[in-house]
Amino acid sequence: MDLLEYQGKQLFERHGIAVPPGRPALTVDEAVDAADAIGYPCVVKAQVQIGGRGKLGGIKVAASKDEVREHAGAILGMDIKGLTVHEVWIESASEIEAEYYASIVFDRSAKAPFVMLSTKGGMDIEQVAEEDPEALATLHVDPLLGFQDFHGRRLAFDAGVDADLVRPVGAMLAKLYEAFVAEDAMLIEVNPLIVTPERQLRALDAKVTLDDNSFFRHPENAALRNPSGEDAEEQMAKERGLTYVKLDGDIGILGNGAGLVMSTLDVVAQAGGKPANFLDAGGGSKADAIVAAVEVILANKKVRAVIFNIFGGITRCDEVAKGLIEAFAQVHPDVPFVVRLDGTNDEEGRRLLSEADLPNLHVESTMLGAAKLVVELAAANSSVEAR
Amino acid sequence: MSILVDDDTRLCVSGITGREGTFHALNNKRYGTNVVSGVTPGKGGQDVEGVPVFDTFHAAVAETDANTAMIFVPARFAADSIVEAADAGIPTIVAITEGIPAHDELRVYTHLKRANGVRLIGPNCPGVLSPGKANVGIIPADFFKQGNVGVVSRSGTLTYQIGNELAQSGFGNSSIVGIGGDPVPGSSFVDILQLFEEDPETELIVMAGEIGGSAEEEAAEYIAEHVSKPVVAYIAGFTAPPGKTMGHAGAIVSGTSGTAQAKADALEARNVRVGRTPTEVAEIAVSTLSA
Repeated sequence: MDLLEYQGKQLFERHGIAVPPGRPALTVDEAVDAADAIGYPCVVKAQVQIGGRGKLGGIKVAASKDEVREHAGAILGMDIKGLTVHEVWIESASEIEAEYYASIVFDRSAKAPFVMLSTKGGMDIEQVAEEDPEALATLHVDPLLGFQDFHGRRLAFDAGVDADLVRPVGAMLAKLYEAFVAEDAMLIEVNPLIVTPERQLRALDAKVTLDDNSFFRHPENAALRNPSGEDAEEQMAKERGLTYVKLDGDIGILGNGAGLVMSTLDVVAQAGGKPANFLDAGGGSKADAIVAAVEVILANKKVRAVIFNIFGGITRCDEVAKGLIEAFAQVHPDVPFVVRLDGTNDEEGRRLLSEADLPNLHVESTMLGAAKLVVELAAANSSVEAR
Repeated sequence: MSILVDDDTRLCVSGITGREGTFHALNNKRYGTNVVSGVTPGKGGQDVEGVPVFDTFHAAVAETDANTAMIFVPARFAADSIVEAADAGIPTIVAITEGIPAHDELRVYTHLKRANGVRLIGPNCPGVLSPGKANVGIIPADFFKQGNVGVVSRSGTLTYQIGNELAQSGFGNSSIVGIGGDPVPGSSFVDILQLFEEDPETELIVMAGEIGGSAEEEAAEYIAEHVSKPVVAYIAGFTAPPGKTMGHAGAIVSGTSGTAQAKADALEARNVRVGRTPTEVAEIAVSTLSA
């Protein structure tokens, strides 16, 4: 899960990483209260998970209560690259003498955390790597050894950090690493990491991605929400325990197993269709899971046809068929369905479907045949503008 | 021949007394796998339909000479169970459990790499099937028969899909290995490709990858230098948008890295044929073997 900036900063604070004082606000009045508590000048920052929000008017400095009111009013509800701003972060304005960059990435290829430090903060790190590689220091940390003092020194010296800041930068990196491991992060990025005129280091921004699989041991992280990043149908799927990703096409897709579902999206796209979603009904999908899945797929009003691609292993095709029959009884779909059942109990599943004689449901025997048919049916159904 | 599991496999199942653990352990046993024991802390002395249960892997190994472990315990206990099996001297560990935190996987991976001679398959994988010999995991064995095609995949159902299409064309498998869909798999494509290359029964290798990470690119390099047998590849996730986890924890395009196109390009640049659909993969494999 990607955290909002302020959620990342609150996580940093728990690990002793200095951030400017601030408070989140959902309304203009809350923003004004927060600014009064923090003092002026302050900064009103849109809380959306997207780069470049400052250039798009999502970050404004306010010198007074009136300015906070004006800026918060403009930013709350603003659309930034397709994301609606539901929350702002009111933060004490910082004086900046220098901008550094620090990050830790879970490097899957090297099988070790990868730490980066640069004295060219405030800009895109890939650009720094390209234009000024000397200003970027990197190293991998042995996951069983952890971050040592020498790691911090080496990074600081290699990046060309000012002499008086070598030790504080090393200490800051050690704390970031501690947070990275303790919070089960996949990414921690601080850009910029600022140096104040008093030569203090502060994380002025925070980009944190957490491992969803670790939430069983981090209830406080599991409870974090990002209202702007969550689609209504994705939220609905999550509540039903389904793995669902919304896409922008019009063909609803369900399969069992992540690889087979990805493959189904690809095959539908190759047949000329546009997938509306990824939905993995999982291994051993029972009838009630299928009902829930049909509800989630059809909640997306762009969907004009649906393909079910099931290869039964643990999943039994007769269970899937029963689920579909139940779903039709409960939901009454108004779009065509194409169903491909293969594998465990496939004959029984196809027999159940044929006996149920569901309206506008087509059974295909191969994945490719099913993909072609669903694309045709979606195109034929395109006159249905809004369901 | 075959790889990883065969007639010499002596399997000990961690989590054998759980619902899923019992079901699949007995399923593996019915297939002919020699399931010698199980481990559930606190249930030592019991048995699951005749399979003795022990409190620790160390006791299970001492009493039943297990040489292969299957991990079926929930995610929060799985990393610990894997390192326990390794510590007890079990050289082949197959972890089915899904949802293990990536940092735990990283520590386990690093530790096992230093503990010489331990091989981990998974986690978050369907296991390993050597048709006619042994099944360790949840692969529906009925679809597969003994043969000369080795299959290695990050996805379970996609493996069944491709394997089934091969079977319908009359081909069987030496072994089918699910390496799993997590960010830090215990064994990579390269590890399994090496085993298939050395296995005399395997004449062709099918490799099914997906978006995320760089394991397919590394496999492409390895194949070019070290694999003499024909390899046919498949990559899932051409239509996956960046930044979204597609079901498997490891299946995510990060920025511009880990895309299906980049993986297919890397493989094709090394003269590995990439099928655009599972059906095409099977067709290429069949035409290569028939040639």
